[in-house]
Amino acid sequence: MTAASLLRRLMLSVPTLFGVLVINFVLLRVVPGDPIAMMIGPGATPEDIQNLREIYGLDQSIFQQFLFYIRDLFNGNLGISISMRQDVVELIGGRLPVTLELAFVAIVIALVGIVGFGITASMWKGHWPEVLIDAFSGFVQAVPDFLWGLLFILIFGVLWAFMPIFGRMDLTVEFDPATQFYLFESLLRGDFVVFASVLQHIVLPALSLALPLIAVGTRLLKSSIIEAMAQDYVQLARVKGFSHFRIVVSQAFPNALIPTVTLTGVQMTFLIGGTVLVERIFGYPGLGNMAIDAVINRDLPLIQGIVLTFAVMFIVLNILIDMTYAFLNPRLRHD
Amino acid sequence: MTDSILVRHSPLGFVLAASPRTIVGLSVFLLIVFTAIASPWLAPHDPLEQDLLNSFLPPFWVSGADPAFLLGTDNLGRDVLSRLIYGTRVALTVALVAATLTGILGTTVGLLAGFYGGWVDTLVSRMVDIWMAFPAVLLSIVLVAVIGAGLHAVIIAIIVIDWTRFCRVVRAETMVQCQQDYVASAVTIGLSRRRRLFKEILPNILPLLISLLTLEMGIAVVVEAILSYVGLSVASDAATWGGLIQEGRLYINQAPWLMVFPITCIVVAVLGFNALGDGLRSTLDPVLRR
Repeated sequence: MTAASLLRRLMLSVPTLFGVLVINFVLLRVVPGDPIAMMIGPGATPEDIQNLREIYGLDQSIFQQFLFYIRDLFNGNLGISISMRQDVVELIGGRLPVTLELAFVAIVIALVGIVGFGITASMWKGHWPEVLIDAFSGFVQAVPDFLWGLLFILIFGVLWAFMPIFGRMDLTVEFDPATQFYLFESLLRGDFVVFASVLQHIVLPALSLALPLIAVGTRLLKSSIIEAMAQDYVQLARVKGFSHFRIVVSQAFPNALIPTVTLTGVQMTFLIGGTVLVERIFGYPGLGNMAIDAVINRDLPLIQGIVLTFAVMFIVLNILIDMTYAFLNPRLRHD
Repeated sequence: MTDSILVRHSPLGFVLAASPRTIVGLSVFLLIVFTAIASPWLAPHDPLEQDLLNSFLPPFWVSGADPAFLLGTDNLGRDVLSRLIYGTRVALTVALVAATLTGILGTTVGLLAGFYGGWVDTLVSRMVDIWMAFPAVLLSIVLVAVIGAGLHAVIIAIIVIDWTRFCRVVRAETMVQCQQDYVASAVTIGLSRRRRLFKEILPNILPLLISLLTLEMGIAVVVEAILSYVGLSVASDAATWGGLIQEGRLYINQAPWLMVFPITCIVVAVLGFNALGDGLRSTLDPVLRR
């Protein structure tokens, strides 16, 4: 992707982001029910309520509130959370790395799974590995995604209780983190006790996010590889005497990758969205878990901040996926 | 497969022509409908009745079970079986209402876009694109935050998020139908646009609609379960499958079975709806059936 087309791609995301801002703002201002009434004790006087309304800017017109909101946004100020009485930017800053780490591990598991299963199934097409992998992906796709986390809890947390099913790390492990990226930080510091604990806690939630992606991805990659195997260049490679393994991995696989990347890209946005629920199920202290609490508490500034953060994540992810196409498909590099 | 008019157009003929998948799906669907309607007679206890002396009773096959509580009791001593039975009511309500309304909205917009084309189509297609770029999770968070937790919020969220699913398919199918000879004949004999759309094209996409609708019911059951799991659906003491899972999650170490039963219900319901949807499509669609 050239600098110019990257810039154009970035410009395209501006209206999307603005749309998100407007929807986010307007929808949450027309909420029935007064957020101030919910945060204040029963003994409050009308003056107290009025004061709080002024502090949160709720006494202004909607349009003015929007202008203030945009101005504050550019100053990196997303307001104060109503339920937690803390700066929204700080709150999100503390939770975002947790979610990013989880999503990262999930995506790595998914990619390894897709490539591994996809290549294995097409290498042994018509034999038991293919049958087994097909059955696996059919089964995974039949069960609603959100149940995987719960099933893992039942299987690995209760039936064979050897995996932790709640939280981010053992509370008995001592760790004084400088960042919220526990997994990366403990690895970089060489603190393997912490690393092992964090890794143990991240595996099940990450796997529940990755599993549906593995199922869809494997099917597509397998059929693309099988399709690629019928092409002339594969015949040529056979004539040249390449081994079956080498033909699949070095000839068919790279050419079969683009449809899978397209699909995986789309599915990754589902994966990021899925963190909301998976974090809730595993008591994982990320952004999604906080989002649900924010909705339950009707914490408007916090909800706005979280929705905006997710929207930016989705936009960045889409740009990254576009760049990956350009990288994988030389034809797209010159547009 | 026999193809006589009689067989194809009688209920018995439908069952004969149906694939095993359709029959399994239909049985699950009818079972859910029956359970939901007959809940007060089927449930051995009041789903809200607490009996703190009998909390965490195990299901019948485990020793220490009380035969009065077949599937055991929860932390407050409420009968799990009765709560599951009453849970079908919420699940079925959401499945029927949300899927129907989603279908009506999506189908209307899709029909108009596919039939009229031109700027109508451009407008609708743009809207669908923008809609689908907005992740469902975000949209549902914002929606529930706006509307407030409750069954109506769940239904509205499903409609607002999923109408595009119907719209896309119906639009494409309408465009295909408009190219068919029978539509050209309808134009020739001077049928009005409205009659062409509703009397000619709509009946022809009906099989597709029915199968989409059934699949949507499965989705609706899952969405309701998710939202009641996180406490954003009906009031927390009401019996819903998602709510039961959430309660089970809290007491996972004392009573893992609390989570197993509602999960099973959801899986069976969703697989049933999906089987029915897939099966109906191949049974009702004359082209696929051949």
